[in-house]
Amino acid sequence: MLKQTEGSHAVAEAVGLCRPEVICAYPISPQTHIVEGLGEMVKAGEIGDCEFINVESEFAAMSVAIGSSATGARTYTATASQGLLFMCEAVYNASGLGLPIVMTVANRAIGAPINIWNDHTDALSQRDSGWIQLFAETNQEALDLHIQAFKLAEEVSLPVMVCMDGFILTHAYERVDVPTQAQVDSFLPPYEPRQVLDPTNPVSIGAMVGPEAFSEVRYLAHAKQMQALERIPQLAEQFKSIFGRDSGGLTHPYLLEDADTVVVAMGSILGTIKDTVDELRQAGEKIGVLGITSYRPFPLQNVRDALQNAKRVVVIEKSLAVGIGGVLSTDVRMAMSGLQLHGHTVVAGLGGRAITMKSLRALFAKATRGELEHLTFLDLDWDVVNKQLERERTTRRSGPAAESMLRDVGVIAARIG
Amino acid sequence: MSFQPVHFYQTGTFTVGNRLLAPEERSVQANIQRTNSLNSGHRACQGCGEALGARYAIDAAMNAARGRLIAANATGCLEVFSTPYPETSWQIPWIHSLFGNTAAVATGIAAAIKVKRHKGEMGDVRVVAQGGDGGTTDIGFGCLSGMFERNDDVLYICYDNGGYMNTGVQRSSATPPAARTATTMPVGPEPGNAFGQGKFVPAIAMAHEIPYVATATVADLRDLEYKVTKAMGIRGARYIHILVPCPLGWGAASENTILLARLAKETGIFPVFEAEHGEVSSVLKIRRKQPVEEYLRLQKRYAHLFGKKPAVATIARLQAAADKNIRKYGLLDQEAN
Repeated sequence: MLKQTEGSHAVAEAVGLCRPEVICAYPISPQTHIVEGLGEMVKAGEIGDCEFINVESEFAAMSVAIGSSATGARTYTATASQGLLFMCEAVYNASGLGLPIVMTVANRAIGAPINIWNDHTDALSQRDSGWIQLFAETNQEALDLHIQAFKLAEEVSLPVMVCMDGFILTHAYERVDVPTQAQVDSFLPPYEPRQVLDPTNPVSIGAMVGPEAFSEVRYLAHAKQMQALERIPQLAEQFKSIFGRDSGGLTHPYLLEDADTVVVAMGSILGTIKDTVDELRQAGEKIGVLGITSYRPFPLQNVRDALQNAKRVVVIEKSLAVGIGGVLSTDVRMAMSGLQLHGHTVVAGLGGRAITMKSLRALFAKATRGELEHLTFLDLDWDVVNKQLERERTTRRSGPAAESMLRDVGVIAARIG
Repeated sequence: MSFQPVHFYQTGTFTVGNRLLAPEERSVQANIQRTNSLNSGHRACQGCGEALGARYAIDAAMNAARGRLIAANATGCLEVFSTPYPETSWQIPWIHSLFGNTAAVATGIAAAIKVKRHKGEMGDVRVVAQGGDGGTTDIGFGCLSGMFERNDDVLYICYDNGGYMNTGVQRSSATPPAARTATTMPVGPEPGNAFGQGKFVPAIAMAHEIPYVATATVADLRDLEYKVTKAMGIRGARYIHILVPCPLGWGAASENTILLARLAKETGIFPVFEAEHGEVSSVLKIRRKQPVEEYLRLQKRYAHLFGKKPAVATIARLQAAADKNIRKYGLLDQEAN
C-alpha cells in the first residue's frame, strides 16, 4: 500500500510486519521515532505476541536482545551514535554468539564534540564487529532492507545492522510502498534457531575458548559473512519476485558502462550524487556511480568489476579515519588493488554538513581535470581551521578548541548548510 | 575378631545431607533425585564457597521449577571454572554473555519465554541470573537495577566473596573495609581497603521494593535452599545475596570456608535476613555472638591488623560496623543482649 509517511515510521511498520517477538528500546536521536512507533503498535496489539521492553541503556538493549534471541525469539532493537558505542561490547558478543538480531542504526556523528546530526562514523566504527551491515539509500529501501535483514540474519545465524541516514531518512516524509502481511509472510518464514536455550535439550552457550580453537571459531564468522555475500543478491532477487521492487543486493551500479570517473558512496547521499551525475552526463561527461549497499560483507569482487574500466575513482564518505583519511575508501582501494587508476577520498557531510550539488559539481570537475588531491575534506572552512591552529601555535592555554571555533564561525545554533 | 557396631551418625540431626530423615524433612541436596545442575568435575579451588553456594542454589531452583530452568551467568570464577570446554559442569541450559550484562540477558530470556508461552510454543520455564560481587555490585549494577525497576521475572543470585577473585583478588565495591586485596595493599598509614560508605546491594535491592530480597551464607545451606525455593515461588524480580568465602582471596584455609561463613553471620558482619516488597520480613538470629576478631584472625587479608602492634582502632571500627548491623537488623534476641 502506498503511503506518505516518515522514514522511521516506515521502518517501524516493516519491523512490525516481520512479526518480532522481543523489541528492546532505549531513546537516542535520531532513532527514537522507530521504537516509539513500535511501542505503540505493540501496546495496541497490532504486532501479535511481542514483548516491548523499555531498558535502561543501550548496553542493556543489546544484552536483552542477546538473551531473547538465544531463547529463540525474533529480536529487534535500534540505536545510533553514542548508543552504538555504549553497547559496543554486547554488539561484538551478539555476533560472536551467532545470534540473528536485527538492529537499525540511524546513522549519526560521534562526539566529542557532541553532535546529533548525520554521518556514518557510528556504524563504520563497528565494521569489524562481525555484524552484517547494510546501508539504505532511500526510505523505501530502508523499509525493504529490514524485511530482508531478518531473513538473511536467520539463514546465516549472524546479526544484521540496517543503517539509514539519521534525520535525512529517518525524519523525511516520503512515499513508501508498505507491503502486506501476506507478502512478508511468504518471504520470511518463522525463526528456527540453530542454537537455543531449551530445558528439554540443555546446552551451555558462551564458554571460554582458548588458542586451541579461537581462530577456527573466528574463521567461521568470516565464512558465514562469505555465505552472506552469496545470499544477499539471491535474497534481493527473491524479494523482487514477491514485492516487485529492486531493493538491497550488494551494490547499486548507475551509468557505469562507459564511465571514466566512478563515484562510490553509501546511503542517502547517492540520490544527490546521481542527480549531479545526470547533469554531467547531459554535458557529455563519462561519469557513473557505484552505491555500496552491503558494507559488511564487503563485495570486493563486485566493486573491482565495477571499477575495472574506469580511469579514476572518487569515494565520497561521511566518515573519517583520523590519521589516514577514509574508512570506506580503504576497502575500495583494496578492491582496486593492482588496477591502474587514480583513487580519491572525499570526506564529506560530517556531523550533518549538507553535501550540495554545487559542491559536488565543482568536486567532480576538479577530479576530471586531474586536480583532485588524494584526500579532500569537502567544503572545509579553512579560515576557521587555520585560525585555531594559529591560536594553538601562539597560546599554550588556548582554551577548548571546539568552542573557540564555534565562536569564530559566529553562528547561533546548528546550521547544516 | 572385634565387632564394629554400625553407627548411623546422621540420626537425630537435620544436617543438610541427611538422607535418613523423613522425605518431607530432607533437603533438596539429600534427595537422590537432585539434578546436580552444577555437576562434579569442575575446576573450582578446594574449599570454594561459590561452587558450594551455586550447587545448592541452582539445584533448589531446579527443584522448584520442576527441571525447567534457564541460567544466565556473568563472567567470573563461576563461569570460568564450570565451562572449560569441551567440558561443562552445567546440566541445565546456560548462557554466558558478558561481565556486566547478566541481569539484562536474563530479562531477555524471560521476555522470550513469556512470548513463547503465550504462543503455546513453550511451557513454563523459569530464569535465574548469577554473578559474583564484581559482576553484580560494580560492573553489572546498571543492568541489575534496570531489571529490578521493571520487576522482570528473574531470580538474580549474587555470590559475594568480596572481590575480583578470578582476575587475581582485586578490590570490588563489596570488599570489606581494611581487607587486603591486590589493589588495596596493606601498606601506608591506612593499610588495606578504605573505610568507604559501603555498598550493601541487598539494601539497594530493597529500595527498589522488589517482591523478594534475601541474604544467606554457605554456613546454613538449609536456609539457602529455603530462600531459593521461596524466591522461586514468587513472580517478578527477586534477589538473593549469598556470602561465599574464598580461600584464595581471603587467605584462609580451605577447611574454614563454612566456619568463616558462620562467623560472618555470628559476629553480625553479614546480616542474614529476608525482605518482601522493601521491608525486612525475617532475620536469622545470632545464636552465639562472637567478637569480629574471631572472624578476622582466620584470614590473611586482615593479617596486617594483628602484627606486632595490633590495629586496635581499626578492629574497633569493624566491631562497630558489626554492632550496627546487629542493631539495625535486630540480629540478637533482646534477652541475649
